[in-house]
Amino acid sequence: MNNEQFNDRNVSNDYFLVDIEDYPTDGWGKFKRVIKRSFRGELFVGLWVVLREMIRFDIHTVKYPEEKMPIGPRYRAVHEMKRLWESDTERCIGCGLCEKICISNCIRIDTKIDENSRKEVSEYSINLGRCIFCGYCAEVCPELAITHGGEYENASDQREHFVMYEDMLTPLDKMKAATQLEFEGFGAITPHEDERVKKTPLAY
Amino acid sequence: METAYLIETVIKIVVILLIFSALAGIGTYFERKVLAFMQRRLGPMNVGPFGLLQVAADGIKLFTKEDIVPSGVVARIFKIAPVITAATAFMAAAAIPFLPSFTLFGYEVHPIVADINIGILYILGIMGVGLYGPLLGGMASANKFALISAARGAAVFISYEVVTGLSILAPIMMVGSLSLIDFNEYQISNGWIVFAQPVAFILFWIAAFAETGRTPFHLIANDHEIIDGFGTEYSGMRWGLFAIGEYANMFFISFVISLLFLGGYGDGSLLGALALLGKVAFFFFFFLWTRAAWPDVRPDQLMWLCWKVLMPIAVINIVITGIVMM
Ligand code: SF4
Ligand code: SF4
Repeated sequence: MNNEQFNDRNVSNDYFLVDIEDYPTDGWGKFKRVIKRSFRGELFVGLWVVLREMIRFDIHTVKYPEEKMPIGPRYRAVHEMKRLWESDTERCIGCGLCEKICISNCIRIDTKIDENSRKEVSEYSINLGRCIFCGYCAEVCPELAITHGGEYENASDQREHFVMYEDMLTPLDKMKAATQLEFEGFGAITPHEDERVKKTPLAY
Repeated sequence: METAYLIETVIKIVVILLIFSALAGIGTYFERKVLAFMQRRLGPMNVGPFGLLQVAADGIKLFTKEDIVPSGVVARIFKIAPVITAATAFMAAAAIPFLPSFTLFGYEVHPIVADINIGILYILGIMGVGLYGPLLGGMASANKFALISAARGAAVFISYEVVTGLSILAPIMMVGSLSLIDFNEYQISNGWIVFAQPVAFILFWIAAFAETGRTPFHLIANDHEIIDGFGTEYSGMRWGLFAIGEYANMFFISFVISLLFLGGYGDGSLLGALALLGKVAFFFFFFLWTRAAWPDVRPDQLMWLCWKVLMPIAVINIVITGIVMM
């Protein structure tokens, strides 16, 4: 295979090798270094850099409760239960795989046979106090029913903090408005990632 | 006459105490804001407009916090140490002329509590005593970090105090007086001392950083090495007294530098008074500025700097000044 394309790093010219002097070993060398450092004005460079930033006033603070950063599609926050697009019914078939795979044993699911002899989820809860948001449940679910949502503000006044099936389920009016979002999940690419990715001068 | 003088002095003391306690609080606000802007942050924003009432919130917090005296400390010394820091900071202010004298309701006011003839010596001496705060507080705290901090405090103290004393010796030789008012008068006719004594100015400025314990000589209470040093075990208003002392000291030393080297309040006009405040504001700002820009030095580096570099320079400066004056 031809590696030429990969070996051509084609990086911008902003990269340069830092010139690092040898460490002085004798007293005279050390003395010269002290003199050089004292009079080269490095301290003033530092002062100028911070003053420049102050004058530019290019503030990067996100005023968190009022402003929020968009989070990536891979982000694993509090779970959501999706509905089918076609019929608006719940996707979960009560297979119990998520309960089985959960490594911190925080999903509890109970099913029963309903009047149409179909399996129906009667109890479903996740203890968020134990959940480590590993994402295994979302990965194992054969129906893409349980997924992660973007709601990360789940502070609670006690350790046990349960989220129930009804709370996770996409509300029906959201289905009517067709605004249910699919979880892109593992390996999903952050939006605008192509513009942000940069080459570095490291060799393969 | 005696009673009038007494009343006047008491009023001056109260005014200075109130103004500089408040300034110490506002100083923390400015420090946070300036540091924040230099680090591209916003700083306090939520309490009041632009976070201005943060000072009040901090004050309420410090005053209402439980006053904890941990078991194992030497309680008496532990309790008195913060008072030493705050009290000496304000005592040093007694010999500083904060503004030129002005007339208020037909009464001439000298904004200096006591124009004693050993002014600068008194100020430096009292500020030196202020170091007993961290020293005693650190040793009485029964805490490893506080103890390290106290040891560092002693090491720093013996290093910079030499430089402070020697560096202002040359200007004192020129002026021939220790009173800050005399310094001011001298500079009206002979120009600012900073032009005649640039080396002494820089040395004194460097020593001022050690005196107030600010970055780059913040090693007495370096958060990243020894938590808060001598302040580790303190809570509530006792810790607050340390903070007030530190910030009041910053203001006072800024006044001293401006008066000693930069012409003080000049001829005593309104413009001169404003110029003095401007100079003080610059030096205070510089204290914050360096904190954002410069790293801290190690204790051994500070001692190396003071004893092997600054002290010889100061001595040479004195000798040269003497030769020139002869
Ligand atoms: S994210 Fe992991 S820990 Fe949390 S419920 Fe799913 S499988 Fe269990
Ligand atoms: S959420 Fe998915 S894995 Fe869990 S029971 Fe329902 S269908 Fe099965």
